[in-house]
Amino acid sequence: MIEQRSADDRRKASAALDEARLRQQAIGVRLRQMFDEVVNEPVPDEFLDILRDADKRSAGSS
Amino acid sequence: MEGGRAGRAPRAVAPEDGFKTELVALIPQLRAFARTLCGDPAAADDLAQDAMMKAWDARGSFQMGTNMKAWTFMILRNQFYSDKRRTWRQSQLDQDAAERTLVAVDDPEAPVALDELRLGLAMLPPEQREALVLVGAGGFAYEEAAEICGCAVGTVKSRVSRARRALHSILDAGAYDRDGGAAGDAMGSILADAERLGTVR
Repeated sequence: MIEQRSADDRRKASAALDEARLRQQAIGVRLRQMFDEVVNEPVPDEFLDILRDADKRSAGSS
Repeated sequence: MEGGRAGRAPRAVAPEDGFKTELVALIPQLRAFARTLCGDPAAADDLAQDAMMKAWDARGSFQMGTNMKAWTFMILRNQFYSDKRRTWRQSQLDQDAAERTLVAVDDPEAPVALDELRLGLAMLPPEQREALVLVGAGGFAYEEAAEICGCAVGTVKSRVSRARRALHSILDAGAYDRDGGAAGDAMGSILADAERLGTVR
């Protein structure tokens, strides 16, 4: 009975280790996912508007 | 209206167009990086716009052909920290952002994993968070991240690994409490952790 239990414990411990490794990988994947989520958002018009205005200003002054 | 094949690069017009095209292509990345620094999307877009304009104004000092992404990220980061110095109220804003994230986590319909990660990231000390984001999501090599953050390569490496460990244990704690059904207590302890992480440094 006791041996049976310690084998169970070992199995559990190794499963926990695998789980930890998987979670670490999952964190990496989710981190990129989170970043890419914003990257893939359409850029608000404001960004291009202010850049265009600045470009016009510098074209006019040079 | 073309200058003709003999008119090789009349003044610096062509390089400037190249700069602008490259800068525009980087806007989504700048927004994403800003979002990880600020948390609040509106504040992040303000920061990204400021950084974009700083980069535009400094275009004369940029050498075409070198890493423009790293250069603009460095500008954005510097802008973030100089804003932060101006208003140390920023830490309060971070706290507000963390609380908003908590509300999102509380929503049973919300994609759990992503919100937990967002929350976990918000708890990391800023220098660990930025190192992890640059290397883990921004696609930068340790050397590039070190240049962006103005520190040694070894420092970036240790920040990234500390960030990974901290994030792992934060997320583990969250998952444990979620399974246990004591979500309210979990939020309390996560907030307490965040405060501890924020003050110890």
